[in-house]
Amino acid sequence: MNESGDQMDSVNEITDLDVAPAVTGLQQHLVVGSANASPGAVTVFQTTDLAVYYGDFRAVRDVDLDIRQHEITALIGPSGCGKSTVLRCFDRMNDLIDGARVEGEVRYHGVDLYGPEVDPVEVRRRIGMVFQKPNPFPKSIYDNLAFGPRLNGVKKKAELDEVVESSLRRAALWDEVKDRLKESAMGLSGGQQQRLCIARCVAVKPEVILMDEPCSALDPIATARIEDLMQEIKQEYTIVIVTHNMQQAARVSDRTAFFTTEVNPESDRRTGVLIEYNATPKIFSNPDDERTEQYVTGRFG
Amino acid sequence: MALSTPASIGGATARSYTEGLTRKGSDVRGRVVEGALISTLAFSLLILLVLLVDLVRRAWPVLSDRPGAFLGGGLNSSDASRAGVWQGMRGTVTLAIIVVLVAVPLGIACAVYLEEYAGRSRFAKWTRINVRNLAGVPSIVYGLLGLAIFVKALDGINGNGRTVIAGGLALSALVLPIVIITASEALRAVPRGIREGALGVGATQWETIRSHVLPSAAPGILTGTMLSLARAAGEAAPVLLVGAITGLLRTGDQGVIDQLSGPFTAMPVVIFAYARQPGDDFREITAAASIVLLVLVLAMNGFAIWLRNRYERKW
Repeated sequence: MNESGDQMDSVNEITDLDVAPAVTGLQQHLVVGSANASPGAVTVFQTTDLAVYYGDFRAVRDVDLDIRQHEITALIGPSGCGKSTVLRCFDRMNDLIDGARVEGEVRYHGVDLYGPEVDPVEVRRRIGMVFQKPNPFPKSIYDNLAFGPRLNGVKKKAELDEVVESSLRRAALWDEVKDRLKESAMGLSGGQQQRLCIARCVAVKPEVILMDEPCSALDPIATARIEDLMQEIKQEYTIVIVTHNMQQAARVSDRTAFFTTEVNPESDRRTGVLIEYNATPKIFSNPDDERTEQYVTGRFG
Repeated sequence: MALSTPASIGGATARSYTEGLTRKGSDVRGRVVEGALISTLAFSLLILLVLLVDLVRRAWPVLSDRPGAFLGGGLNSSDASRAGVWQGMRGTVTLAIIVVLVAVPLGIACAVYLEEYAGRSRFAKWTRINVRNLAGVPSIVYGLLGLAIFVKALDGINGNGRTVIAGGLALSALVLPIVIITASEALRAVPRGIREGALGVGATQWETIRSHVLPSAAPGILTGTMLSLARAAGEAAPVLLVGAITGLLRTGDQGVIDQLSGPFTAMPVVIFAYARQPGDDFREITAAASIVLLVLVLAMNGFAIWLRNRYERKW
């Protein structure tokens, strides 16, 4: 929280930088900025009245978020508040869970991600995901990185070599593994595996990288490396990160969304709700909502 | 007590800790239970050991005097000195090959559908329960199935349905549920992260299954396959019902087609045939044939264990 001054500067810097939109493939942002969007920034995701159900259990409700390009957006909150569920809506990973159902809208550059004509496979090629537990394939380091590009039709060895090297460099892993690309990725340390997963994600050239508690299984040194890495790559990507670690959110993110759980009086079950979405320095120094303040100062959750 | 004032460790307090932590008397009941468990284990192993020793002792004259002639000799239930197991071994190996070709691909395909595509639908649940039940159906029932369906169908094709193919198909039906169950378990053991990782970089479901899920599950699937093969190799009832020969079997040097469409026998059937003959010499032959089958099955199980250890993955 002492860094809030620096954070504020960097927020301004970034929003100034990102006036030039570099949107590929899909339509330009048709979305009109909401109340908390500053003019000029490109909105990548916009959710409206988003609610997610698992069977008849409502995991999260009433989520209205604008995620902006080339920013790092952090989703924080206590366990069970639905932050990972919301994150998984952005690349349709919830589709994989039996009984999961999404209500409301998630727009990606104005396109309804849950529209009937949208192919989730195409969504996931543009929107990458890094998971809580490093999940390298039990194959060689090279094959881990080449898998995505090969799916996209890259066949020439020289091209694949190129993508593998540049992705590993992006993820600050190249120097550590360049001599053992043919060895199993399972032999890497946890921190290296997570950077490999980031590299694997980067290798398919996504526009957005979603990170679901990417550092929760890592030690502080590996965590610091991943955080540095996020700062480096955010010039090219839009990053949304779910984290349990408030200091991490304060250190790395430009904007923070605070979720919590509310007990539904009818069913006595907990549902996640979005409480506050603001610039990170504001969330951590002068939040609008009392519950946010209680959470970030450690008085609940 | 002393525990509530840990700050004052010294003198009298330290002594009370020592007393508190010292074992008081011996745990008689625990010892008795442990002893009882060990003796049940010893008893079970003893039965197996006696069986094995008795078998080897009785088989020894045959296996030491004429191992080559025994292994290479044909089915002969009238002259013990010329009886052998060659046709039985060949039949069993042929049956195993048919099972590998039929039951394994079918079973894996069923498991992939049930685990990866069917999800939690009522149909899938119902199917899973019934596959488990099928695995418990007695083998003789599969023999009747083989007789009623496969033999009839092959009768229509070449006039003689009582062939090794019908036997192989009956055994395939027998082990299919086992293959499905073990393959399902192997698929289920593949960590979710592998699937999410592949889907996350834009793989389709089939690309994910083909490139990551199946290779990761392969060791488990292979182990299950070998175990089901061992089961199939040891079954007598279905092959007998389908028409394996128990008497004199004249097969010699015919081609593959003739072997597949002619009469056949298998190791368990050979053992059954020899066991029915009177006389001590046939006792020895029966024991020797049992040892051959045991070694065959043990070799298959050993191969399964070796495969599992070799390819086992740590997540």
